[in-house]
Amino acid sequence: MNPALQGLITIIVGVGGCVGYFYFSNVFLDKVLFPAKGPHAGRNINRANMVRPWLFLAPALVALGLYLAYPVVETLRLSLTERLPGGGFAFVGADNYTKMFAEPKFWEALHNNLLWLIVVPAASTAFGLLAAQLSDRIRWGNLAKSLIFMPMAISFVGAAVIWKLVYDTRPAGQEQIGVLNAVWLAFDGGPMSVLLLKIVPVLLIALFAAGVGFAGFLLIRPLLGAGRKPSPAFTALRLSGAVVAAFFIYESLSGILGLVRADLPYGQPQTWLTIPFWNNFFLMVVLIWIQTGFAMVILSAALRGVPEDTIEAAIVDGANPFQIFFQIKVPQIMGTIVVVWTTITIVVLKVFDIVYAMSNGQWETQVLANYMYDKLFRANDWGVGSAAAMIIMLLVTPILIWNVYNARKEMR
Amino acid sequence: MDNIVGRKSGLTWAVHISMALLVALWLFPTVGLFVSSFRTADQIATSGWWSSLATQERQNPAIRVAGDAVEEGGLFRISGNLYGREGVTVGAWGTSSREPEAFEPGRTVDLDDGWKLTLQENGDYELTSPTAFGDARLPRIFTTAETPPEFTLDNYRSVLLDPRNVDGMSKAFFNTLTVTIPATIIPILVAAFAAYALAWMDFPGRALLIAAIVGLLVVPLQLALIPLLRLHNEVGIGKGYLGVWLAHTGFGLPLAIYLLRNYMVGLPRDIIECAKVDGASDFQIFVKIILPLSFPALASFAIFQFLWTWNDLLVALVFLIDSTGETTVMTKQIVELLGTRGGNWEILATAAFISIAVPILVFFAMQKYLVRGLLAGSVK
Repeated sequence: MNPALQGLITIIVGVGGCVGYFYFSNVFLDKVLFPAKGPHAGRNINRANMVRPWLFLAPALVALGLYLAYPVVETLRLSLTERLPGGGFAFVGADNYTKMFAEPKFWEALHNNLLWLIVVPAASTAFGLLAAQLSDRIRWGNLAKSLIFMPMAISFVGAAVIWKLVYDTRPAGQEQIGVLNAVWLAFDGGPMSVLLLKIVPVLLIALFAAGVGFAGFLLIRPLLGAGRKPSPAFTALRLSGAVVAAFFIYESLSGILGLVRADLPYGQPQTWLTIPFWNNFFLMVVLIWIQTGFAMVILSAALRGVPEDTIEAAIVDGANPFQIFFQIKVPQIMGTIVVVWTTITIVVLKVFDIVYAMSNGQWETQVLANYMYDKLFRANDWGVGSAAAMIIMLLVTPILIWNVYNARKEMR
Repeated sequence: MDNIVGRKSGLTWAVHISMALLVALWLFPTVGLFVSSFRTADQIATSGWWSSLATQERQNPAIRVAGDAVEEGGLFRISGNLYGREGVTVGAWGTSSREPEAFEPGRTVDLDDGWKLTLQENGDYELTSPTAFGDARLPRIFTTAETPPEFTLDNYRSVLLDPRNVDGMSKAFFNTLTVTIPATIIPILVAAFAAYALAWMDFPGRALLIAAIVGLLVVPLQLALIPLLRLHNEVGIGKGYLGVWLAHTGFGLPLAIYLLRNYMVGLPRDIIECAKVDGASDFQIFVKIILPLSFPALASFAIFQFLWTWNDLLVALVFLIDSTGETTVMTKQIVELLGTRGGNWEILATAAFISIAVPILVFFAMQKYLVRGLLAGSVK
């Protein structure tokens, strides 16, 4: 059958089926099961109203249970079993996990994922905040916002092609058709190159490390003080936060060291996606490019929600525009910044298409989702693949709990 | 803000300039792909797309003289235009790769066998010979010329319309469309009813269900791949459109329910209670009042789901595309092209732009709803 026809039939059957189900189940409930007449009319109406919510919910619940809840449990089970050659499964305990932990490729993926996890949300949020603040003050702000927002509509695969063109390399001597190499060849190793390619990046990374260090310090400060002791759960959370901060400071310092020592090959076109460690950043740029628009839209709405009188009060007190932004506006939209950050974090954890299309995990750019795909569908190792999926789930869980906690708090 | 106290900020210019820079930076990569899709393979391979927008002077690849000879008073003559178009200005030319800029335009050069070759500034050439050319190899002409921008629709013609092109996108385009439309419509309907129940009906366990849906919002769909593929195989769906529609429906539901419920809760209570007093059933209230009023939220989710299903690769890879490749979607087709035609940018750029064009159109047409949905979906 022609797929288009099949699609049309599916739409009709699906939509008709849904409407029919909702309509007839309601009629059945009201007319046959608990008719609102006769001696028990009152009781019947009450009973019908008790059942009705579940009629409305049933298709959604079945779909959610089958397509999202059940797979979590099933993946957990698969990660603890192994497929037998003849079919069937054997329980192997934590074997899949130990096997996975012994693979250097897994650690590479985890390491890269952690890098993605900090760089992409941080950069997207920062650029988004910048774009939101700038566009709020100018007349063509809405147009500017649409244009920055546009990459949101572009698929990861499409974005991968777009950026592969940017990173394209031609042999030395030919005219470069990738923008990045064309720009790179404009640097000749003179003082300007040193300033732009060494000093500025080192300062930026140092600034980032200082910021992370300060955040880490804020996290552990309550534990050092003599005041009342926080609960063990919070202590653990703060300590793990501090460990992550220490990891990133270490990464930044080694990055700085590498950059200072590096003898940059001026004048030679580079194949950007094959330079270990740095190629991760070239892949991250793609996601930052996509997610900045999202951050900008949400933060721009939040910035507009900042009460006018707080800003006027600051102006009257003689604050300059930077002080107004950092000390009046940003603290008031901190909640939104956290939401944007966590939302992008989840996108990052699932990032698959970009790596799959651009490097497929070669040259040390592996990430967890692509590692998992490799295991599941190339190596056909369901056990280890499921174990990798569980690691992704584990990384998502804190955000999941935080979201649920917030949602419940808000409903009360 | 500074206008409030009657002082024009000196920062205004800096703001305009940085915004313009930021926008340019964000637009630049996409424009590059767009421009490249209108250039020929030769052009893409020899110069950066940014230089194609202006007239540029560069050395062209050699072009061999071709054409039918005309006999005229004992002289055999071949003439024509080297580029086949107007506007090119030859700066220098030559007949060997060692000396590609040996002659100025307009000069007549003596070649072997008594051949004479003339190249005019506009690219017109004339080759004469006292004897018939026969099967002799005609000379090649190297030129350095100022070339005005030139764009072509040929790439789109071959990628989109040529049915013999195995790298074509037309089949993948329709497959993507076939995946997208049912996968967008069905979850909306299922979610709308559930959202109504969660927003306006009282039953035990409601709060718990809402919390569960918030939790499911972030469950990575990677977990669902193997269990569901096994399930589909056991049920007999296997790989195919039905499986991918069901999968997209399931994965889209949490966001749909969450968005719609948040919107429906905000509808005025009076309307619903009045309708109840007038004897309307829940089903009637939903269809006649809630659904029309929720149109903005429905539109928001529809756009999300459309963009997501259109742009999806992973779900299609796992649930749809079988070994025959008949059901390939555009994202998969592009990944294939990246592997097999990695250097053929005229094909890649065109294919990618075809797949990007539809979401971008939808994006610009319905941006308002997309923004609304984003705000409702993530800001708490």
